[in-house]
Amino acid sequence: MTDNKSDSSSKLPGLPGLSLGGLLRSPAAGAFMGFAVVFILFAIFGFGRNFLSVPGVTTWVNYASLVGMIAIPVGFLMIAGELDISTGAVLPAATMTVAIVSGHYGMPVMVGIIAALSVGALIGFINGTIVTRTQVPSFIVTLATLFAVAGLTLYLSIFFINNTNSFYHAPDWAKSLFGGKVFGFNSAVFWWIGAIVGFVFFLHYSPKGSWVFALGGDQESARNAGIPVRRLKIGLFMLCSTSTAFAGVLQVITFSSATSQANFGLIFNTIISVVVGGVLLTGGFGTVMGIVFGVLTLSIVTQAIGFTEIDRNLSFLIIGVMLLIAVLMNDTFRSLATSWSAPKKK
Amino acid sequence: MSGKKPIIELRNVDKSFGPIDVLHDISLTVGEGEVLCLLGDNGAGKSTLIKTLAGVHQPTRGEILMDGVPTTLASPRDAQERGIATVHQFGGTYPLMSVGRNFFMGSEPTKGFGPFKVFDRAKANRIAVDEVQKMGITRITDGDRLVGGLSGGERQSLAIARAVYFGARVLILDEPTAALGVKQAAHVLRIVNEAKKRGLAVIFITHQVMHAMAVGDHFAVLIRGAIAADFRKGEKTREEIADLMAGGESMADLEANIESYKESHGGHVPPVNA
Repeated sequence: MTDNKSDSSSKLPGLPGLSLGGLLRSPAAGAFMGFAVVFILFAIFGFGRNFLSVPGVTTWVNYASLVGMIAIPVGFLMIAGELDISTGAVLPAATMTVAIVSGHYGMPVMVGIIAALSVGALIGFINGTIVTRTQVPSFIVTLATLFAVAGLTLYLSIFFINNTNSFYHAPDWAKSLFGGKVFGFNSAVFWWIGAIVGFVFFLHYSPKGSWVFALGGDQESARNAGIPVRRLKIGLFMLCSTSTAFAGVLQVITFSSATSQANFGLIFNTIISVVVGGVLLTGGFGTVMGIVFGVLTLSIVTQAIGFTEIDRNLSFLIIGVMLLIAVLMNDTFRSLATSWSAPKKK
Repeated sequence: MSGKKPIIELRNVDKSFGPIDVLHDISLTVGEGEVLCLLGDNGAGKSTLIKTLAGVHQPTRGEILMDGVPTTLASPRDAQERGIATVHQFGGTYPLMSVGRNFFMGSEPTKGFGPFKVFDRAKANRIAVDEVQKMGITRITDGDRLVGGLSGGERQSLAIARAVYFGARVLILDEPTAALGVKQAAHVLRIVNEAKKRGLAVIFITHQVMHAMAVGDHFAVLIRGAIAADFRKGEKTREEIADLMAGGESMADLEANIESYKESHGGHVPPVNA
C-alpha cells in the first residue's frame, strides 16, 4: 500500500467513503487519534475526580475556545508557509482597547469592539505588508511587531488610564452575547463553533481555499497561476490578527477585566495546537478539523489535569512528548496520503 | 512546416541588464503546430529568453509579434492571457494537493451561488482526469490522488495538459526532461507531440540533443546570448548539434585526441596546459 508506484488497481473497490482506511488516511486522523488517546487516558485517571463532570468539561472547552479562535488562522498562515507570533501582543492590545474606549471613556460597547478589531486588522496589515514587501522571514517580522505592540500597549495604557490593568463591565445584552454562560460554557465557545464552520468552509470548500495551500506548496507557481499572492498573504495576516483581537474582545467581556501584559504563553499554545493538529511546518498541508483537535488536546492536558489523578506538574512534559510525536507522525501520514488514492465518495 | 502561420515571432530582440548584454539580436519564429527546440549550454541566455517570452522581462530593443501584430507582454499574467503558457522544470504543481485541485489552481470551477460558492470537486476531478488521459497518461484515473504520488513525468504532463486545457497557444517548456529518467522523458516527449498535433506552437528548451531531435521541427542554438545556428529538421546530425552547443569546439575531435594520447601514454589522460 505504501508503494509509490501503486496504480489504480490497488484501489480497494467498493470501499465506502467513511471506511476505517479512509479515516486513517484523512489528514486530520493523527490529530483525532491523539485527542482520543489523551481524552480516554484522562477520563480513566479522572473518573473519580470529576473530569467528566460539567465543571470538568467546561474548564478545558472554555479555554479551547480562546486558543482555538486564534490557532486556526495561525494554522492558515502556517499552511501558507508563514508564521505569526505577534498574537501574544495583539490579544492584550485588543482587551485594553475595549477597556479604555468603552470602559474609561464610556463609549458604546460596539465602538470599543470595532476599535479593537481595527487595531487587530491594522497590526495584521503591517505584518503582511512587511512580509510581502521584503524577504525578511515572517518569524522575525512578527517577533518585531510582538515586542513593538506589547511595548506600545503598556505605554498607551499608562498614558490614557495610568494603569496597566483595567476593568470593564459590559451592558447586559453585550455581556450575554459575548461573555455569557450556557450550562457552564462561555459564549466564546459558541462563537468558536461558528468560526470553525466559517473556517472549514473557506479552507476546504470555497474555491479560494486551494490558494492558501498553493502559497505554502510553491509560491512561484502560485504566482504564475495568477493567484494574487501578495494580497492573499496580507489578507491572511489580517485575518489572524483580527481573530486574535476578537478573542480579546470575548475575553474582556467574559472576565470583565483587561491586562496590558503580553501573553507569551498564548504564542506557544497556538503553535503547539497547530502542529499537533497535523499542519506541516513547511506549509502546504493541514486541515481545520486537525487544528481543532490539536487545540482540544492541548486544552485537556493543560487545563483539565487538575481534575485527574495525574500530577499537575507533568502537563508540560506531556505536551512536549505529544508535540514530538505529532511532528514525527506528520511525516508518516503525509507519505501515506501521497501514496494512496482515495475511493470515490459516491 | 515553414508554410505554417506564425503565432509568435521575435524580431531583433536585445536584452540588457544595465551595462550587461544578455541577448543580442534574437530573431525567431514559431508557427502553428511547430516545435522549436532552443538548445544551449548553461549561461547561454536561455532563461532570459524564456522570461522575455513569458512577460517577466521586456526586451530592451526589438519587438515581439503575436499573429503578426507587435505586442507588449507587460507581465506574466498578461502573457498568459494572450495564450503564452510556461511550464517549468518542476512543473508548477503542488505535491500535497489533489490532481483536480492542481489542475484548476487559480481558476477553480464552482457550484452554488453568491457567497456560498463551493469548489466543484467532482467536476474538477472529472475534467482533470479526462484531459490528462487525452494527453496519453492513462495511469492517472483518480482526481483525488495527491500529486506528490505521481512520477516526475506525470507531473510535467499534468502541467502541460493544464496549459493546453486553459487555451494556451504558445507552450514554453523549460527543461521538462532534465530531471527525468528515460521512460518518463519519453512520456513528456509524447505529450509534446500531442500538443503539436493540436496546433500549439511549442518552444522546447533543453540541452539534451536526443530529446530535441525526437520532437523538434526547427532548432536554434544559443551561445553567449546570440543565435549561433538556426536550422530545420534533418539539416544537421546529432554530433554536429552537440558540437555547436559546446561552442563550436568539435567534441568528436576532442575525444579522438584524448583517445590517441591515452594509447600512447599508457592510459593516462593528457595534462591540462592552461
